[in-house]
Amino acid sequence: MSELAISTSGLWKRYRIDQESKPRYKTLRDQVARLFPKPLHKNGHSLSAFPANGSHPEIKTVRKEKENSIWALKDVDFQVKRGEVVGVIGRNGAGKSTLLKILTRITGPTRGVIDIYGRIGSLLEVGTGFHKELTGRENVYLNGAILGMRKFEIDRKFDEIVAFSEVESFIDTPVKYYSSGMQVRLAFAVAAHLEPEILLVDEVLAVGDASFQKKCITKMEDVGRYGHTVLFVSHNMSTVTRLCERAVLLEKGQLILDGPAEQVVGEYLSANHGAASWRDWEDPAAAPGNNIVRLRTMRIKRRDGETNYTFDIREPVGVEMEFDVLTPGYSLFPYFTLVNEEDLWLFTSLDNDPEWLRKPRPVGRYRSTGWIPGNYLAEGTLLIMATMRTEEPHIIHFHERDVVAFQVVDSSNGDGARLDYPGRFPGLVRPLLNWETEFFPS
Amino acid sequence: MDKQTIVQNSDEKKEKLSIFVSEPAVEPDTATSPRPGVEIPHVHIEPSKGWVGLQLRDLWVFRELLYFLTWRDVKVRYKQTALGVTWAILQPLLTMVVFSLFFGKLAKVPSDGIPYPIFNFVGLLPWTFFSSAITNSSQSLVGNANMITKVYFPRLIIPISAVLSGLVDFGISFIVLIGMMFFFPVHPGWGIFLLPLFLLLAVITSLGVGLWLSAMNVQYRDVRYIVPFITQFWLFATPVAYSSRLLSEPWLTLYGLNPMVGVVEGFRWALLGTNPPSAMIILSVLVSVVTFISGLFYFRRMEKNFADLV
Repeated sequence: MSELAISTSGLWKRYRIDQESKPRYKTLRDQVARLFPKPLHKNGHSLSAFPANGSHPEIKTVRKEKENSIWALKDVDFQVKRGEVVGVIGRNGAGKSTLLKILTRITGPTRGVIDIYGRIGSLLEVGTGFHKELTGRENVYLNGAILGMRKFEIDRKFDEIVAFSEVESFIDTPVKYYSSGMQVRLAFAVAAHLEPEILLVDEVLAVGDASFQKKCITKMEDVGRYGHTVLFVSHNMSTVTRLCERAVLLEKGQLILDGPAEQVVGEYLSANHGAASWRDWEDPAAAPGNNIVRLRTMRIKRRDGETNYTFDIREPVGVEMEFDVLTPGYSLFPYFTLVNEEDLWLFTSLDNDPEWLRKPRPVGRYRSTGWIPGNYLAEGTLLIMATMRTEEPHIIHFHERDVVAFQVVDSSNGDGARLDYPGRFPGLVRPLLNWETEFFPS
Repeated sequence: MDKQTIVQNSDEKKEKLSIFVSEPAVEPDTATSPRPGVEIPHVHIEPSKGWVGLQLRDLWVFRELLYFLTWRDVKVRYKQTALGVTWAILQPLLTMVVFSLFFGKLAKVPSDGIPYPIFNFVGLLPWTFFSSAITNSSQSLVGNANMITKVYFPRLIIPISAVLSGLVDFGISFIVLIGMMFFFPVHPGWGIFLLPLFLLLAVITSLGVGLWLSAMNVQYRDVRYIVPFITQFWLFATPVAYSSRLLSEPWLTLYGLNPMVGVVEGFRWALLGTNPPSAMIILSVLVSVVTFISGLFYFRRMEKNFADLV
């Protein structure tokens, strides 16, 4: 059991920024144009902040390096033993996906050494190379070969794969006639039967309907029971603590924490934004506020009133604020702002309860809840910024970032905004709108 | 003490995991690989700098993928067309008709005493293979971007399969040629046994050019616009529509630098019994092999950035 499955040392990966954004490829025309000096800026540096007499060559190189490239991974060292189930966590852009891409050999490291003992399978690759014109059977063989399976292996597992995908009766029909759900199931069935020694999972379990997801998890566990190694990248902290014994935390490309999953997840949550779905202040004097009003507790709750962290995309989310009014006579506006992981403010919602709107409040405890409707937010982690304000005279009593957080997962089954579309579904919100179609026969 | 807590903790977790497993729990057994017949591979990854080795062994490991991708290319190409496989016959056949009309009838281009249509068709066979091979392979990496950004496999497989899938078309139109040989009739000499060698020369040339163009196309997307010009120019630099005996000495040496000259002359000699290719064929082979090997190395050098660029 102590044998190594994955070992990396001094792993660095640099991306050129012009590769990441805008046109990633060049054109020969640009290359040719570069051969000729620009007629207006003879030295090419006349627009720079530094005098162009060559006295600051070092500064210029540093600036150039800084502007053109970013380090997605910085000196990552870690070992995974055979049979370990390790969670990889971190905010967006921390380098999790880059790490997976390097381990799966899709892209190469800039520096460092990696040793991998065993075949790597990743659920990044679900459906890779599927061709709509080919039949289900043909796609199973093609996809299996792309994932690195030998033909005799596919032959042996073929019936099992087909049974798992639940598309038996359509296996000789071109995939273009499949529903998107059937395509995903077939693709996943192939990936799940690769039986790699090392499995890399990147939160793709959000595909398919609930029962199929459960089947996939069962399959994953099955693979795990053969003593296989699993690397699990996720934003869902509860899944990480449930599935993984060990977790590593990446931040800005560096591996900053490695240990038992609960410990690392706890550390991440508290360091990142204290981001539990519930928060209170033991010492009222330390709570946000002043001698007029003070925040006491804040939590995220379900419709039934239970505090909750992970919400289904269809569920309403209650944002509850409890505060003490210490000085009477002020009209108060409690409100909160929803901030996503990229630090974008999605919206602000003011307490509009007519009973207290613009009315002076007597001393006492108040509890205000704003309900975010179901089928409105997109997937992801959302942070709450809480504010208390008085309009006349203008006073901000408190304005607290990252007070509580919650997570939205899309496990909708054809009844959400994405219908049964299985792919990436971008957008800051994912509202379920009313559509109407008018038909004008010609 | 501390350590013990952690161990207990993980035991508990295993229990939690097994909730999902419907079958009776089995003790994990690391000794048995779930994949009998496949040994546990060891992969060592280091950043590659500059010119790197070819690692052709990797290509051998993935040989089945090469087969499946070639097969997919062939299958998909004909599934999406109304006329299907007929295209493989029509394409060179129609070109032959046009060439016979303009070069054979109107311009009266000499054809070494052979009926012009079959003289032309024999040249068109390897030529059509070559031009579609370089057109397809130059687009192959960009066209398979979703595979490249998601899975590892030797990238060489993609342009190679694009070239090889053209062999199926070649085989189909070759049957037409056999029919024409009976119709006209022409009598091949013993050279016909060397035909596979000339075909091999065509394949290696296509691969060489294809590797260069496909790798360049990832970084410089204007390759796509250049390829039609390359094939057009190359067609006239190859004795497909005319006989190479129209050329005289100072040009012939230059001409020999084009490997397709050797291929087309070889085909004519093998199938129609015209003059055997001159010693210039050695130069053709040399150019072809150099293009191929340099193409391999260039491709391998650029390969590491494909996933980031494509």
